[in-house]
Amino acid sequence: MSLPPAAGDSSTGAAPADGAAPADGAPAPVLELRGITKRFGAVVANEDVDLDLREGEIHALLGENGAGKSTLMSILYGHLRPDAGEVVVGGEVVHLRSPHDAIARGIGMVHQHFMQVPVMTVAENVVLGAEPRRGVLRDRAAARRIVLELAERHGLAVDPDATMEDVTVGMQQRAEVLRALYRGARILVLDEPTAVLTAQEAEELMAILRRLKASGTSIVLISHKLREVLGVADRVTVIRRGRRIATLDAAGATAPELARMMVGRDLPDGIVKEPTMPGGAALEVRGLTVRDDRGLLAVDDASLAVRTGEIVALAGVDGNGQRELVQAVCGLRAAESGHVLVDGTEITGTGVTGATDAGLGHIPEDRRRDGLVLDFSIAENLALRRLRTPEVTRRGLLRRRRMRDTAAALIEDFDVRGGGPATPARSLSGGNQQKVSIARELACDPRVLVAAQPTRGLDVGAIDAVHRRLVAERDAGRAVLLVSLDLDEVRAIADRVLVIASGRIVAELPPTASAAELGAAMTSSGEPDPERTAA
Amino acid sequence: MLPARLARAATTTRGLAGRGVSRVGVPLVTTFLAFLAGGLAILVTGNDPFATYKAIFDGSGLSWLFPWTGGDTREIAASSLQQTLIAAAPLALLGLAVAVAYRAGLFNIGGQGQYLASSSMAIWVGSSFHGMPALPHVVITVLAGVAIGALWAGIAGALHATSGANEVITTIMLNWVAIWIGSYLFGLGGPLQNTEDRSLPVSPEVAQSARLPVFWGDPELQGLHIGFFLAILGLVVYWVLIARSRAGYEIRAVGLNPEAARTAGISPGRVTVKAMLICGAFAGLAGAIDVLGWEYRISTTDITVSQIGFLGIAVALLGRGSAVGIGIAALLFGALTTGASQRNLDPEIFDPALGTNLTLIIQGIIVLVASADIVLGGAVRSLAARSFGRLRTLVARRREASA
Repeated sequence: MSLPPAAGDSSTGAAPADGAAPADGAPAPVLELRGITKRFGAVVANEDVDLDLREGEIHALLGENGAGKSTLMSILYGHLRPDAGEVVVGGEVVHLRSPHDAIARGIGMVHQHFMQVPVMTVAENVVLGAEPRRGVLRDRAAARRIVLELAERHGLAVDPDATMEDVTVGMQQRAEVLRALYRGARILVLDEPTAVLTAQEAEELMAILRRLKASGTSIVLISHKLREVLGVADRVTVIRRGRRIATLDAAGATAPELARMMVGRDLPDGIVKEPTMPGGAALEVRGLTVRDDRGLLAVDDASLAVRTGEIVALAGVDGNGQRELVQAVCGLRAAESGHVLVDGTEITGTGVTGATDAGLGHIPEDRRRDGLVLDFSIAENLALRRLRTPEVTRRGLLRRRRMRDTAAALIEDFDVRGGGPATPARSLSGGNQQKVSIARELACDPRVLVAAQPTRGLDVGAIDAVHRRLVAERDAGRAVLLVSLDLDEVRAIADRVLVIASGRIVAELPPTASAAELGAAMTSSGEPDPERTAA
Repeated sequence: MLPARLARAATTTRGLAGRGVSRVGVPLVTTFLAFLAGGLAILVTGNDPFATYKAIFDGSGLSWLFPWTGGDTREIAASSLQQTLIAAAPLALLGLAVAVAYRAGLFNIGGQGQYLASSSMAIWVGSSFHGMPALPHVVITVLAGVAIGALWAGIAGALHATSGANEVITTIMLNWVAIWIGSYLFGLGGPLQNTEDRSLPVSPEVAQSARLPVFWGDPELQGLHIGFFLAILGLVVYWVLIARSRAGYEIRAVGLNPEAARTAGISPGRVTVKAMLICGAFAGLAGAIDVLGWEYRISTTDITVSQIGFLGIAVALLGRGSAVGIGIAALLFGALTTGASQRNLDPEIFDPALGTNLTLIIQGIIVLVASADIVLGGAVRSLAARSFGRLRTLVARRREASA
């Protein structure tokens, strides 16, 4: 506390792997986790994990999904109690029994899924649970003032009077950060904060984190994105399968090195795509206009075509109509006007079953909400789309043995790990859940596959598997429409890139276009550029 | 990621059916606690709990199944057991009416109304068509009861599917509609009041041809009618529906994750209506077999004081949504009702007037304990989430912030 922030202090070089005692000259740790072990039944989530956070540093906690990052942070935030090991805050061993204890010790958490009341204002959300009062009444003016002042001081742009559900995800997240700061957090834990953000918002967040660091806040950043970690962190702790693999200075680390530590093996090389000769248009969207839930124009006269044997990426900043476009194409949302055709068959207005019957497969962007019934077994989840086929039911009854056998084959085919046909989908990791979601669509043998953010929230290994699968399906002659917020992904696997902004298709670019070009198109006014669209 | 504690809590409240030990253990513990509390109540009144429970057991006729336990004579025990089973049959069906809805993520509080609508319909159809041959008369009357029950619940389902009206509210409202319609029909001067004695607010009597045959015991002394087998059949149908059929799969999918079901091409609205229709059919069957099996006529008082539909909720809770569990729970409640009744409880051991209250105490505690686990965890939370939109977020947030 008494020490000034020591941003950029890397005098210790590569930090020793045992992070117990800081080397001479390094700032004293504000937080230490010593030998943390946590088991859930037979599963060891954390085993003898050490972590030390110095004052005013950004310490990245890097690991694949399921490596134990979230468990470790749940322990730090008082949600879970460790089976062994201790938590030391400011040199004092503490027993955190609840998030309240953690907050009292100056630990703030920004969860991946925000804990907010959507209908309350940003300011109300920030002070929720510790509202400033005047007598027995809440003091709204004071709350507003405090939030503005706090936002000003830390450079977090928020509109205190806006209703939470109306603001961007980025602002919701800034409100979460403010909430932690309002509660006096000196140690800030962010759990996969960029998973929900656009590239620009992620950049802004990183700038905010640097500013917070400069003002003395110590930050634990949980992530599996190597580039982001290397860009912002001072030190990195890599954990794999519940164990700490190494703690090292970010300055000297390289992405391949970290990736190897994370997954325990060398990552396969980039995806090699054979050029294919695209065939005829399998999916055609003509002049599609769609309104969102609030009745606002979300997709504005959009037209596109995806041919067999090609992957067309729909790139854009989140919230520019991608979701509504996908919903309209897949029969989940009525279009105001326009047409959707699969193989020349009009499917507009025929609903999900019409789209499915015409040969359209849909990998939903939110697999936990829209993709899977988490409490169903894998076999039941795999049957969800083909309920009315003789493969799954006969005379209204389920063919359970057949479902089981089909599931076993698909599990094998798609390399779903972590369970058999009877395993509940909930117990699978995110990557394997996504494999189930993809396997289900491909089992229907669709001509057109709409993949909405198919790698969102997945770790490096799983992303690679999904990408390879999509390319393989392209090679097998399917038409793939990939909706993605991730420019790396777009450039890695797409054959053509369409850019959507304000509900309009504003540009078509080759996948070789630079990030800057794509970014410029994505943030364009939304007015179609005649030269580009004509190309 | 959810903290493991919350994730675990979420999974255990997902369905009525638990996994492994909890599936059998929780209902047993619940029942034990309820009987323990009931025993304390007996002690407070200065009686012997063990002797009282034994008397209730004997009074329920269950001793007929275990002759070596002594108790009443075989004839009396058999007659008591018939009464127990007569009471258990509609309870099982009303339990199913709750369980099907629960699988679809709905809370059907309307078993009472669906039951009463069916009772009234069965009286009407059963007391009309005099001279019709027995078989078609019985079948038509039962089907009419089933149909009106399904319709009664279907209204709530359709309102939920089309306008999002909360089914808890609408089914409760429909209970009152059924109660007052019944009171009007059979009340003084009502269109379906009996013609023999116009001073009594009682329905006409069901024709002999529409009555369910008695297969065990004396038909004149309220023997066991074949509605018992219809209830067993209902349990089997429920099991096949939920565990083996496509319709049941869709109901479970919608109950567990309506968004995923919708995305996969299942219409949650249609499934909701379907599930409620099935619920109402079960409740309607319960109403029909009671009227055609032993009541034969109902008074407006019967209609207004009946609580049987709410007992069905307790049966579903205790049975944890499984067919076998619901059957056993219905038997338990049927035995309690019969065993502690004025007619069967030995007044030297426990005052029968208090006996009815004792039954209510035990039933109440079962509901309380079972609800603490299931209702508060699942239904009320989902009710809160649906009817008040974002309340759940607030609860989670509050819990975290003020924990």
